[in-house]
Amino acid sequence: MSDPVRLGGADEEVLRLEGVSLWLSGREILHEVDFSLHAGELTGLIGSNGAGKTTIFRVILGLETPSTGKVLLFGRPRPRRNRLIGYVPQHIDLDPDVPLRPRDLVAFGLDGGRLGIPLPSRHRHQLVDDMLEAVDATAFADARIGTVSGGELQRTLIAHALISKPKLLLLDEPLANLDIRSEQEVVTLLSKIAKEQQIAVLISAHEMNPLLPVMDRVVYVASGRAASGTTDEVVREDVLSKLYGHHVDVLHLDGRILVVAGKDEGHHAELEKAPKVPPRGVA
Amino acid sequence: MTGVIAILNGIFEPGFFASEPVRVAVVVGGGVSLVSAVVGVFTVIRGQSFAGHSLGDLGTTGGSAAFLLGVNPLWGFITSAIIGAGAIELFGSRRPRERDMATGIVLGAGLGLAALFLYLGTIQHSTTGATVTILFGSMFVIRSTMVPVFVVLSLFALAVVVLLYRPLLLSTVSQDIAFAQGVPVRAVGMLYLLALAIAVSLSCVTIGAILSTAVLIGPAAAALRMTKRPGLAIAWAAVIGVVVTWVSILLAYDSYYWPPAGKGWPVSFFVVTLVLVVYLLADLGNRWAGRRAGAHMAASSVDRTGSVAGGEPIGRAASGAQ
Repeated sequence: MSDPVRLGGADEEVLRLEGVSLWLSGREILHEVDFSLHAGELTGLIGSNGAGKTTIFRVILGLETPSTGKVLLFGRPRPRRNRLIGYVPQHIDLDPDVPLRPRDLVAFGLDGGRLGIPLPSRHRHQLVDDMLEAVDATAFADARIGTVSGGELQRTLIAHALISKPKLLLLDEPLANLDIRSEQEVVTLLSKIAKEQQIAVLISAHEMNPLLPVMDRVVYVASGRAASGTTDEVVREDVLSKLYGHHVDVLHLDGRILVVAGKDEGHHAELEKAPKVPPRGVA
Repeated sequence: MTGVIAILNGIFEPGFFASEPVRVAVVVGGGVSLVSAVVGVFTVIRGQSFAGHSLGDLGTTGGSAAFLLGVNPLWGFITSAIIGAGAIELFGSRRPRERDMATGIVLGAGLGLAALFLYLGTIQHSTTGATVTILFGSMFVIRSTMVPVFVVLSLFALAVVVLLYRPLLLSTVSQDIAFAQGVPVRAVGMLYLLALAIAVSLSCVTIGAILSTAVLIGPAAAALRMTKRPGLAIAWAAVIGVVVTWVSILLAYDSYYWPPAGKGWPVSFFVVTLVLVVYLLADLGNRWAGRRAGAHMAASSVDRTGSVAGGEPIGRAASGAQ
């Protein structure tokens, strides 16, 4: 998929993947993936489990090296180490005994890689307080981190990733394991962050509907292949059928989009789960 | 005044402070327990308690070999713990289960050798004294000429942990996050394992290869029950480690007058017992505090669920309006 030419600093290209393919133990995990992310935009990386979303994150982070193709950060090859990318993993295995508070974890976003024990600093403390406030985490900032809820941990990790002022924020399935209210809060928060701080935000999700109101672009992944553009450009029967290699139907239902296998493939939902809650007026 | 002196005399048996072995034990034993306790905080939160215990057990192999060769057992402990740490790092991967398996295999092989060395040593020297010293340690037989060696090794292990304080904590939370932030996760883990091997070797000498786990894990586990702040947890562990060891030295010295008269009880026994007592108290205190906090949380979560139910349709309507 080619991107429309963009002008102006606000939409500056932050990251570009060019023809990225990845082979791992004899299997092609990613095939010729192309897309770009722009400052101030929120992009959804949509696909079912095993489609290659997490692998794309690992390639962007430098945890995997592409077999072919390029990863360009501000037009240059991705440096081995950099502080331009903030990362929020899907799942962290926290021992409930870990002696850390959300406040400590956020502070590690500033200087967690440095040597030695940090000296108390008013400036550091203020930065952490402001960041906690920005993600609405002040209330539980001093709790034991193993005891905070999924949504609270999510916001803590977002604050951790944002405090170093990255240009690109990656979030792996931030909506999984969240209740619907937290889901909406996180989506709204991320959209606000992208606009206000002019950073590129990439969110992976297996369900695109919660992201529809805020998503500027979509990168749709299926079996290691990707199509990118605006939702209207990508989430179409012709584009997705080509991506999947068989016919799929794209159904618009009360502002929501369902992607299901085509009639000749049977009626089971291929990708998007049925809505969790009946829309207003239907129930 | 005379009463106070009488009580102090009762606690500190005559000659306690004048005794050279006691002074060495206070300095070396206390210092080693401090290092073990500080290193142990990270051992517990990184889920490496089994590796820490195994490095102690592996110390038996080197300790018994050193005894056979007639070298100071400390060198034997250090050599085998470092080789053991290297083997665990080499065979193990990032997955905890695989790491535990690698640790178990290395441990089994090492203990097999230890059995052979201890047997040969016992036959050669016609005594089991060395076996007891290697397995259960003895602070009172440390030669004062070895003190500088203990100090240097302790400072090294402490320096590694202090320098890697933030990267270690961050990679405990998530290795991927640490990597994304530029932390060389593997190298940090290896350096930490080296510090762990050294700390364990030192406590093999003071409280024994088998019991070294007690000063590594015990104070740390108790401290983690007491605070949620990383710096405080380390400070508490250090205080617990040192105080427990010093009280144990005192009790062991006093026990010379306890039955069976004329035979002092081993220091290690007191250390292990006191560590257990402190841990149980800390756990009890934590449960008590947890119950109070739990009641508080339950009260506040009621209105939270209330607003979730209210917020749901609004959220859905917003996405439906697209």
